Amino acid sequence: MRLLTHNVLRCAIKGVEEGYPLSIEASEVQMEESPFRPDFVKHIAPTLNWPALRQAVKQVGLPEDMLPEAVSDALLGDEAFLRALHRVLMDVHVVAGALVCPESGRRFPIAHGIPDMMIAEGECPRDDK
Amino acid sequence: MDISTDMLDVANERETDHGDLAHHDMGTGLPFRPSTFDGVISVSALQWLCYAQTSEQSAKARLMRFFSSLYTVLKRGARAALQFYPETPEQAVLISSCAAQAGFTGGLVVDYPNSAKAKKYYLCLSFEHGYRAPQALEQEGAGAATGVRVADRERQQQRRQKGKKREAIKSKDWVLAKKSRQRQQGKETRPDSKYTGRKRKDKF
Repeated sequence: MRLLTHNVLRCAIKGVEEGYPLSIEASEVQMEESPFRPDFVKHIAPTLNWPALRQAVKQVGLPEDMLPEAVSDALLGDEAFLRALHRVLMDVHVVAGALVCPESGRRFPIAHGIPDMMIAEGECPRDDK
Repeated sequence: MDISTDMLDVANERETDHGDLAHHDMGTGLPFRPSTFDGVISVSALQWLCYAQTSEQSAKARLMRFFSSLYTVLKRGARAALQFYPETPEQAVLISSCAAQAGFTGGLVVDYPNSAKAKKYYLCLSFEHGYRAPQALEQEGAGAATGVRVADRERQQQRRQKGKKREAIKSKDWVLAKKSRQRQQGKETRPDSKYTGRKRKDKF
């Protein structure tokens, strides 16, 4: 699981309001280099939840200063920043561990790099329609 | 995203350079942050929401959960294309009515409705009020359009999806190519004439 994916995952069980950001308990993290696509990173940067990404960086054991505290338009023109962001989003893989919901404490195990987001029928929020 | 761990293992073995996988049942709603995606593609999955595996599951509830969560996770202006194989026409209607109930516009597109092999159902969804699902592909000269519209009642300019149109099956070119293939294989083949691959008159 890449940190880009982590940035969009939430816990959607009954009684949970936000269920976001899920905290990462990583037992195995791999770095795998991938081709740098500046346009993709530029496009995706404004849609990211920045605090969640910084928290994720910390939780997988990367240096906290890899990313600045906030993203700005000026930074999007800076290639060094884009490369660092690309590395964080695309090259870090959480291979084993778990995701934990901050509200309910529900755990979603990660195995072989695939998070298990399955929830039981009884855990589903009731549809108001 | 898949409900089967075996399928996920297969996907994991193949290259997943740009994508990530997740194990999830889409009938329990999508586990993503709101307004996240520009587009969604699903292949041969939607029909499985029409079956209840256990007594506490209901097909309607699962479909509604899927479509309303899909509505939430898409960005405004995003599109979704979902290909599926309905077992009965009623299933196709149930699925598209649930999509409309969740607030989507768009509709069902049936490619090659008269061919058993090439027939394909797509549900094309959008937020735009005037959105019309793209034109279905058809056999040459097969007659009127068959796309069923669900939600959008205002007739607006017809929009076509970008991209190249696939070649119609059983066209003259296709017949000629097939015949020459068969000749090469040494099979007995009728000679080409002006009647080859020509459409017959509609007789009744």
